[in-house]
Amino acid sequence: MTPPRDPAWQGRVFWSVACLLLLWPLIVATEFRPAVLFDPDSLRVTGRFLAGFLPPKVDPAFLAEVARETWRTVAIATAGMALAMVLAVPLTLMSARVLSLSALSGRMARGPFWLRQGVRTLLIVLRSIPELVWALVFVRVVGLGPTAGVLAIALTYGGMLGKVYSEILDSGETGPTQALLRNGGGRLQGFFYGLLPQNSAELTSYTVYRWECAIRSSVVLGFVGAGGLGQQIDSAMKMFNGGEVATLLMVFVALVALADRVSAWLRAWLG
Amino acid sequence: MRLGLLLLCLGTLVVASFTSLDLQWAQFASLDALRSMGRFLAEFVPPDTQPAFLRKVAQGTAETLAMSALGTLLAALGGLALALPASRPAPLARGPVRLVLNVLRAIPELVWAALLLISAGLGPFAGTLALAVHTTGVLGRLFAEALENAPPGPGAALRAQGAGAAQVFFYATLPQVLPQLVSYTLYRWENNIRAAAVLGVVGAGGLGQLLAFHMGLFHMGKTATILGAMLVLVAAVDALSYGARRLATR
Repeated sequence: MTPPRDPAWQGRVFWSVACLLLLWPLIVATEFRPAVLFDPDSLRVTGRFLAGFLPPKVDPAFLAEVARETWRTVAIATAGMALAMVLAVPLTLMSARVLSLSALSGRMARGPFWLRQGVRTLLIVLRSIPELVWALVFVRVVGLGPTAGVLAIALTYGGMLGKVYSEILDSGETGPTQALLRNGGGRLQGFFYGLLPQNSAELTSYTVYRWECAIRSSVVLGFVGAGGLGQQIDSAMKMFNGGEVATLLMVFVALVALADRVSAWLRAWLG
Repeated sequence: MRLGLLLLCLGTLVVASFTSLDLQWAQFASLDALRSMGRFLAEFVPPDTQPAFLRKVAQGTAETLAMSALGTLLAALGGLALALPASRPAPLARGPVRLVLNVLRAIPELVWAALLLISAGLGPFAGTLALAVHTTGVLGRLFAEALENAPPGPGAALRAQGAGAAQVFFYATLPQVLPQLVSYTLYRWENNIRAAAVLGVVGAGGLGQLLAFHMGLFHMGKTATILGAMLVLVAAVDALSYGARRLATR
């Protein structure tokens, strides 16, 4: 019996070597030195920190504080989303193509066309600046606290919602809306009686999904001083308090899992 | 009816959120605050464009890209390693591995970075590991689903000829799901470039670290340049991925 032979071995060897060569600059640029992790000093510090995780801190006063901060995290996300919708809905009405009267007969007039382009650019800019950067800027202006987090979520998510809302409206069935507009209905009437009934399920489900993302990002925003669970995790880590970090991380994972369930259930219920 | 109930609940939640947070609108909307905001924004111009500093920003951008690429690559390997037990029908391996994947995925990159700083030290290494750990959770789950949905025919044919488990995986299952695994990995890479740009805010390297450093010292001109570089990076990634998708679906 002949020994097993791979007919494609040359190609495999060539590509493996080529990949390793390409990888080298990346390893240098990221200062990738796994040995640092197993350095005795670093191992001792890590070991002490991790040993502190057990047992997690569960005294009633601390748990009450954690519960309060968890609610603040949810509240920052919810308030941010509410403001994001206040920002996104008018921008959507301005930028959706279906609601253009001049586009009913051939090409859109020049004014409305440039207005739409302008609004779209604004949405892209709002959305491309990460919420963490907005939060850093607002912490400087309004000081530490939830205001910076709410504003950061409102601006970034406003941009995301505005863009996706107008895409949903433009890609749906446009017949009824155009019929309304052609027969003299106003643009708001076209939106409320033509577009909204058809697309409300999709719009709501996207909004709920984004609310779930906002909860996750409001925790991250806490790391730059915007309040909530993130700020607690950050300060507990800076104090090397393993027990507190363990409790906070467990609460956070549970919160994310809960938001995931609630959002999946809401979307199924609506859909 | 349903919608009414939902709106009522949501309305209550929103009102409760606004009232329970001590939001400082007064301070934000007052004339004084607007003036200080205007001064703050005015300090951003002109952005710092000295060649030495631009070189530093370019280096930060390259570091961000390298962190995201290496982090995603490590995550693809780790995700595949965890997806194998997670996609097996045996509940003993499946349950615990899925739990691990969920926990890795639930904790955001930035929190991982802050945790890993303790053992990896300040710098891009911690950021790369943080991206790798979080993305392992995401990719592991996606990979497990892809492996589960792979057509069983070719594997069964090899097994009938007496091939071992490793041979079946490398010559039947992996080639079938490879395109899907690659496309998931590229999609996560795109996300990770965006994440790597801000990860440094906690001290984990890349553009974010430069941003946090210069913002902390109130170097507003330099901050403006770094913010500009971030915007350009994100916009370039968006445009490239849009173009690639158009090409691929044409």
